Amino acid sequence: MKSRIAAKFQALRHQNRKAFIPYIMAGDPDMLRTRELVGILEDCGADIIELGVPFSDPLADGPTIQAAAQRALESGTTMHTVIDFVSSLRKCTQIPIILMTYYNSIFKYGDQRFIEDAIAAGVDGIIVPDLPPDEAQGLLQLTRKRPLDIIFLLAPTSTDERIRKVVHASRGFIYYVSITGITGSKLSLEPSIAERLAHVRAVSDLPIAVGFGISTPEDASMIAGFADGVIVGSAIVRRTSENDEDLKQYLQSLRQAIR
Amino acid sequence: MHAYLSDREGLIIRKIPDKRGYFGAYGGRFVPETLMPALLELEKAYAVSKKDADFQAELAHLRKTYIGRPTPLYFAKRLTADLGGAKIYLKREDLAHTGAHKINNAIGQALLAKKMGKKRLIAETGAGQHGVATATGAALAGLECEIYMGSDDVARQSLNVFRMRLLGARVNEVTIGSRTLKDAINEGLRDWTANVRTTHYVMGTVFGPHPFPAMVRDFQAVIGREAKKQILASEGRLPDYLIACVGGGSNAIGLFYEFLLDTQSRSDRPITMIGVEAGGRGISAGEHAARFAGGSIGVLQGTKSYLLQDDDGNVLGTHSVSAGLDYAAVGPEHAFLKDSGRVQYSYATDDEALAAFDRLARHEGIIPALESSHALAEAIKLGPRLSKDEIIIVNLSGRGDKDVQHVARLRGEAL
Repeated sequence: MKSRIAAKFQALRHQNRKAFIPYIMAGDPDMLRTRELVGILEDCGADIIELGVPFSDPLADGPTIQAAAQRALESGTTMHTVIDFVSSLRKCTQIPIILMTYYNSIFKYGDQRFIEDAIAAGVDGIIVPDLPPDEAQGLLQLTRKRPLDIIFLLAPTSTDERIRKVVHASRGFIYYVSITGITGSKLSLEPSIAERLAHVRAVSDLPIAVGFGISTPEDASMIAGFADGVIVGSAIVRRTSENDEDLKQYLQSLRQAIR
Repeated sequence: MHAYLSDREGLIIRKIPDKRGYFGAYGGRFVPETLMPALLELEKAYAVSKKDADFQAELAHLRKTYIGRPTPLYFAKRLTADLGGAKIYLKREDLAHTGAHKINNAIGQALLAKKMGKKRLIAETGAGQHGVATATGAALAGLECEIYMGSDDVARQSLNVFRMRLLGARVNEVTIGSRTLKDAINEGLRDWTANVRTTHYVMGTVFGPHPFPAMVRDFQAVIGREAKKQILASEGRLPDYLIACVGGGSNAIGLFYEFLLDTQSRSDRPITMIGVEAGGRGISAGEHAARFAGGSIGVLQGTKSYLLQDDDGNVLGTHSVSAGLDYAAVGPEHAFLKDSGRVQYSYATDDEALAAFDRLARHEGIIPALESSHALAEAIKLGPRLSKDEIIIVNLSGRGDKDVQHVARLRGEAL
């Protein structure tokens, strides 16, 4: 069975469009707000939504998402909360949902139980920044032929050998990290990024989405020039506590830039 | 063959970690992809350095002429008499250059980083000893240096902060999370992620992603190799007990490693090894750092090990009077040694450690680090229960100069 993520990228490809993939932190500052925000993201043209599950020690994240995780933890948000939330969300929307979390949140939940509960709730994919394919054999085994994509990351530092390994393990799409650094950093693209993506495409048919450090419509537009999808996290999270009209305007400006 | 270890366990101890960096079920490499190539590069460079005669000769030379090794194995006669039981020997890592065992690892990694062509060293520090050691290694090797330290630790170890600055390092105060060692490691790893091409992360303990736990162990294993020769020279036999404090666990593994397959001289019982964790104000959530007493298996900062965490896998706050033991997780090799039963783990509370701190100062004229005072506290409990012909070696992992201000503050004395 084709996952909702794969189906979405296929549909976009037919329409010659690129995916807009916004990220928000679930439970920041509470789940009611997260419900509102999911509606806003969808209304503003998100193709796929990444939902962060808060963890106490998010070592791949910059200050914006660290603070969001802290607020979410303070409101009592857990993996259970987020899975239940996705389950209730499925009564009103079929937009592909990806959970982004650190491995300990899954490990403590129990690998197998997590996979079963996530699939039952209608989660479509997971991104686990501290779980390279080398450590993901268990989860890969559990998700074989199941409708839950594990999306692995590639970085500017990845060697050819790493690229092959990551590409081989990935499903749904490949998450290409735009910069050598953590989320929310200033975007300073290495000139070779377009070549690097072409290089990845030579060994994989999977769509490639690019994230980390993308904050302006100009950034997004440039990235959309060579990627299949654009992921925006910190810059959105920063605006979710401000007025919603400004947030919507910002999201629409990103949507228009991603073509 | 050793009666206490199955063949399989004996084999594992000799071979751990495996190729993927696992000590039995613990260890591994749980890091963002950005860091994976650097860890693989480090693993290769480290393997090459082990067989590189020039590298090993330079390290041996620096151990002797710069660090001041071998450090003495000192018979604590008055403490022994006072306790009225086993003979207590102290392995004097406090006499190593910069005042703790941390230098053994920092110099090794600084040389390796230089060899790998890195321009900059970064490190986390809790008590400040690893920060000072790394800053020292950087000065020695001519590398830039930046240290991450939690703001709570900066406050209680201000002397070491100034030492790092004197050595030319920049000290970054970490004000997020628990503001102690754990958060300093997070920030260090974030820095490494952004600067991995030019920078080497000098992990200060047997923790983090492979190959750090094995590499740091190997650099620290000199402690046990020396202690074995020294006790054979002075007593003509091996010790019955080894005791060391365990934060991440590098001084403990450094002492234990050489003896893991040894039995006591007069029986075929294994040498008893005791790792002492920080019991803080007692074993309830947030009040201690005794991972084996109150923790469960989890993944943090690149490795799978015992961890103080809640039911959802979020890391709990910790407390210890000693900054160097105030940490929520423990090295993966210790987790393996705990499960196999080869090493026992106990804990000492803040009060017991402070009492041991005083006792060594008054009975032996040695002011120990608060971390090492936890190991001494265990020896003080154990010694009187043993016979006079038994031998305990305690790893006196560091000296207490850095703690003098903090202890004065705890007693309400202004310096």
